[in-house]
Amino acid sequence: MRWSMKILAAAAAMCVGAGLAQAQYSDGAIKIGVMNDQSGLYSDLSGQGSVWAARKAITDFCKTTTCHDKIEVVFADHQNKPDIGSNVVRQWFDVDKVDVVVDVPTSSVALAVNNITKEKNKVFLVSGAASSDLTGKACTPNTVHWTYDTWALANGTGNAIVKTGGDSWFFLTADYAFGHALERDTAAVVEKSGGKVLGKVRHPFPGQDFSSFLLQAQQSKAKIIGLANAGSDTTNAIKQAAEFGIVQGGQNLAGLLVFITDVHALGLKTAQGLVLTEAWYWDTNDANRAFAKEFAAANRGNHPTMIQAGVYSAVTHYLRAVHDLKSDADGAAVVAKMKAMPTDDKLFGKGSIRADGRKVHPVYLFEVKSPAESKGPWDYYKVRATIPAEEAFRPLADGGCPLVK
Amino acid sequence: MATSKTWDMRVLVALVAVGLVAPLFVYPVFLMKVLTFALFACAFNLLVGYVGLLSFGHAMFFGFAAYVAGHLAKVGTVQLPFGFPGLGWVWVTIPLPPLTPELAILSATLVAALLGLIVGVIAIRRQGIYFAMVTLALAQMVFFLCVQAPFTGGEDGIQAIPRRPLFGALPLSNDFVFYYVVLAIFVAGFLIIYRTIHSPFGQVLKAIRENEARAISLGYAVDRFKLIAFVLSASLAGLAGATKAMVFQLASLTDVTWQMSGEVVLMTLVGGLGTVFGPIVGAGIIITMQNYLAGFGEYVLVIQGVIFVVTVLLFRRGIVGELIAFLGRWQAGKPDGQSELTGAGRARPAE
Amino acid sequence: MFELLGVSPQALFGQLLLGLINGAFYALLSLGLAVIFGLMNVINFTHGAQYMMGAFASWMLLNYLGVPYWGALVLAPILVALTGVVIERLFISRLYHLDHLYGLLLTFGLALVTEGLFRREYGISGLPYANPLPGGINLGFMFLPWYRAWVVAISLVVCFGTWFMIEKTQLGSYLRAATERPDLVQAFGINVPRMITLTYGFGVGLAALAGVLAAPIYSVNPVMGANLIIVVFAVVVIGGMGSIMGSIVTGFGLGVIEGLTKVFYPEASNTVIFVIMAIVLMVRPQGLFGTPK
Repeated sequence: MRWSMKILAAAAAMCVGAGLAQAQYSDGAIKIGVMNDQSGLYSDLSGQGSVWAARKAITDFCKTTTCHDKIEVVFADHQNKPDIGSNVVRQWFDVDKVDVVVDVPTSSVALAVNNITKEKNKVFLVSGAASSDLTGKACTPNTVHWTYDTWALANGTGNAIVKTGGDSWFFLTADYAFGHALERDTAAVVEKSGGKVLGKVRHPFPGQDFSSFLLQAQQSKAKIIGLANAGSDTTNAIKQAAEFGIVQGGQNLAGLLVFITDVHALGLKTAQGLVLTEAWYWDTNDANRAFAKEFAAANRGNHPTMIQAGVYSAVTHYLRAVHDLKSDADGAAVVAKMKAMPTDDKLFGKGSIRADGRKVHPVYLFEVKSPAESKGPWDYYKVRATIPAEEAFRPLADGGCPLVK
Repeated sequence: MATSKTWDMRVLVALVAVGLVAPLFVYPVFLMKVLTFALFACAFNLLVGYVGLLSFGHAMFFGFAAYVAGHLAKVGTVQLPFGFPGLGWVWVTIPLPPLTPELAILSATLVAALLGLIVGVIAIRRQGIYFAMVTLALAQMVFFLCVQAPFTGGEDGIQAIPRRPLFGALPLSNDFVFYYVVLAIFVAGFLIIYRTIHSPFGQVLKAIRENEARAISLGYAVDRFKLIAFVLSASLAGLAGATKAMVFQLASLTDVTWQMSGEVVLMTLVGGLGTVFGPIVGAGIIITMQNYLAGFGEYVLVIQGVIFVVTVLLFRRGIVGELIAFLGRWQAGKPDGQSELTGAGRARPAE
Repeated sequence: MFELLGVSPQALFGQLLLGLINGAFYALLSLGLAVIFGLMNVINFTHGAQYMMGAFASWMLLNYLGVPYWGALVLAPILVALTGVVIERLFISRLYHLDHLYGLLLTFGLALVTEGLFRREYGISGLPYANPLPGGINLGFMFLPWYRAWVVAISLVVCFGTWFMIEKTQLGSYLRAATERPDLVQAFGINVPRMITLTYGFGVGLAALAGVLAAPIYSVNPVMGANLIIVVFAVVVIGGMGSIMGSIVTGFGLGVIEGLTKVFYPEASNTVIFVIMAIVLMVRPQGLFGTPK
C-alpha cells in the first residue's frame, strides 16, 4: 500500500519536475534532521536547543530570501549510542526522505552517521561532535565539520597556556577513544611549544570521584593539570580540585572540553580562573546577544552554547547552497557548493569551508570570570585571546584526509 | 482437538508468513533490528523461562560476538595473547583475510559459545539472585575487556563493517535481500530453541526449574544439563549479536553494557517469561517504542520505566502469557474445552 | 625512603585515606540497601535514584526555601523517606508474596521514571551546591578537606548507630522477628505492615542522606545514582545480602581497594569490585558476613 503510494507520488513528482525546474527538491521538501542527545549527558549543550536553532535558521533565512515553501525539521534522540544513531539515520534517509543531518554530538555516533551519509549520498553537518578524524582520515565529500574539533581545542588551550608559563603538564584522561584523542592532540601541542608532559592517569568513564587522580596529579608537581574528559567528569574533577586546594597549591587546571553549560553547572565560585577554548560566546556582539535573548526565552532561560549557535550557522549556509543549486538531491553536490561559497551569517560572520570539510573561523580563548566580575547568570567569560581562522584548525595537509591532494 | 504443539506451529507459520511480506510495508532495516533482538530475547528466555536461571549479563555474549564478527569481517587478522609462566605474555598473530559474512557470523557464534562455556562453568554453581550477580560480575569484566582491547576501537566501536555478498552470491548490501537472510537466521535459531524445549532434554530442564532437588534425586546430572542450556543460550545470543553487527555495520559498547542486559530482561518480561512467543512480542514492542518514540526525547526512559512498573504490577505473565491464560479460561468455559495452552505458556510460578 | 611499585608511602597513605572516604559513601548506600533487603527481602533498585533525590532535595531546600546545608542534612532525608513510604504503600507492598525478581524489576522501572522526570525538569549538566566546610588541613602526606573528614565521621556514626539499633535494641529485635515470622509478630499486637513501611522509609532515608553528603562534592545531576547503583549492589552482595555489619565493613573495605586500584591500574578501578564479587560468590556465596541459608 504505502509503497505503491510512494511510487505514484514519485511518478507525479517526476512529471511535475519535467515541467518545472523549481521542483528539484527530492520528495518536494527540504528536510532537516537534527539528531543529538535529548536525554543524556549532552542534552543541555545540544538537545532541544539545537532543534530550536535549526528552526530559527530557517525562519531567518526565509525572511531575507524567497525560500522553498516546504522546509521541515525533524529531530531524534540518539542517546549517545552509535547503534541507535545509525538506525535513526538510515530510517531518515531511506524512509523519511531527510536530506541533511545536523549536530550529532558524541564522536562515536558522528562517525557512524558519517559513514551512512556518504553511502546514501546525503549531507551531514557536524556541530556537536569533537573528533578531528571527521575531517581527517574519516573525511567524506558529504560531511562538513562546523563548529570545533579536538585539534582546535587542544591547540587553543595548549598553546596559550604554555605561552603564559604553564610548561609542565599532567593529564587526567577519560579512558575512551575521545579522551585519548584529546590527550594525544594536546600533548603534541604542549611538546611542540616547548612544554613537557610529566604524566597521565586514565580514569574509567564515567567517573564520580576524582580525588585519587587529583592527588596523583598533585604529586607529579606539574604546573598544569589537563582535563581530557567531558561533561560531568570535567565538572566533578574541577569541583573536587577546588575542594582539595589544588589551585591554591599553585597548580592550574585546564579544561580541554568545557562548555558554558558546564561553567553554569559549576558556578563561578568554583570555575573562576579556568581557561578554555570555544568557537562562539553569546556576549561578544549585538547580533549574538539578540540571538541569545530569543534563545533563552524559548529554552528555560538557558543561553546558547557554541554547538547550538553552530547548528544555526550551518543550517543557514546549507539553505543558501541548496537554494542556489535549486536542488537538494545530490548530497555531494550540495557540499561541493557549500565549499565553493564563502560562508556568512550573523553568528559566525564570514568564513569558509576547506576541501576536507572543515569550516574555518576564529576560535577564542576565554577565561572564566570571578563572581565579582560577573553581572549575573550566564555572564561568564572574558576573552583572553582570539586565534585567527587560519591558525585555529589543523593545517589541511596534516589531517590525512584523502580528499586533499 | 489440537495440541499445544500444533498450535505453536500454526502461530509460527503465521508469523513467518507475516515476516515474509512485512518488508513490503515496513522499513526492512527496522525489521532486521526487531528480528535480531527477538532472537536475543528468545535465547535469554530459554535460560530464564525454562531453566529458571536469570542471567543479568547476557549482553556479554550479544555484544562480544558483535565485536568478533565485526572485526573478522572488516580486518580478519587475529592477535591472541598467550601467557607463559615466567615468560610473560606473547602475542600470536594469525594472519587472516577479512572473512565473508557467513564465516564471520559463524566464528562469532562459536566464540560466544566458548565464552558461554567459560562463564557457564563458573555461574551455574549458583542459583537465584546469586546466579544473576555472578553473570553480572563476569559481564562487567567482559565490558572492561571490550573497553581495553585494541581491536574493539574503544567507545567508537568498529565502524563501517562491510556487507560482502553472502556465499559470494547474495548481495547483502541490498536491505531486502539481507532482511530475508536475517529472517532465515531467526527462524533457524527459533526452531533450535523450540526443539530444545520440547525434547526430552527440555523436559529435564523444566524438571530442574520446578524442583532441582527432585531432579538430582532422579539421577540427572543437573549441572551438565544447566551448562548445556547455558552454552546454547549464549551461542544464540551471540548469533543475534553478530547478525546485528553485520546489519548495522557497527559493533559498539552499547551492546555489552549492563543496561543492555537489563533491556533483554524487559523485553522478555513484557512479552511473557517462559512463553515460546513472548520474547518475540516483547522485543517487537520495546524496539518499536525506542524507534518511534525517539522523537519524544527525554520521555523515552520515563515511558520505559512506566512499562516496567505496569507490567510487574498488572500483567506479570507478560502479554503473551496473559493472552494464553485468557484463551485458556475462554476454552475452559466451553463444554469440551481443554486448557492445554496454559501448559505450554505458563509463566514462572510465583514463589 | 622505600617505595612500593614506584609509589611513595606518603602517596599511598593519601590514597588509602581517600579510599576510606569513598568507602564511607559505599557504606551508607549499601547499608540502606542491606536494611531493605535484610528486613523486607526487596532488592531496591531505586536506591540510586533516591540517593540522587537526596542531593536534589538539599539543593531545592537551599534554593527555594533558603534552608542551609545543615538543615537539609536533617530535612532532606526525611522528605525523601516520605516519598519512599508512598512508593512502598502504593507499589512494593503488592509484591511481597512474589519472587525477588519482581521487586527488582519494579524498583528498576521506578528508578527510570524518577531519573527521567528529574532530567526533564533540571536538565543533565548538574547544579552547583556550595561546600559548607571549605578549607582543610595539611596532614603532611596529603591535604585533607574538612568536608571529607566530616563525611567519614557522620557516616561512621550513622552506620554503627543503625547497626546498634537493629542488632541490639528491642525495636531491632521486633524488626528482625517480623521478617522471620510476620504472622507471629502480628499476633503479638504489632502492626507489621506499618513497621515494614517505616523500614523501607528508613532505608530510603539513608540513601538520601548519602545524597545530601554527596551534593557539595559531586555534581548534583539526575544520573548521579544510575552508575553507582550496581557498584553498591555489588558491595551488598560481597558483604552478604542483608548483613548490616557486612555491608558497613565491605563498604569501607572496597573503598580502600578501589582507591589502591586507582593508583596501580586506574583503568580498572570501576571493574575491580566486580572481580571481587565474582571471587567471593565462588568461594563464599553467602558473602563475607552472611550466614548460609
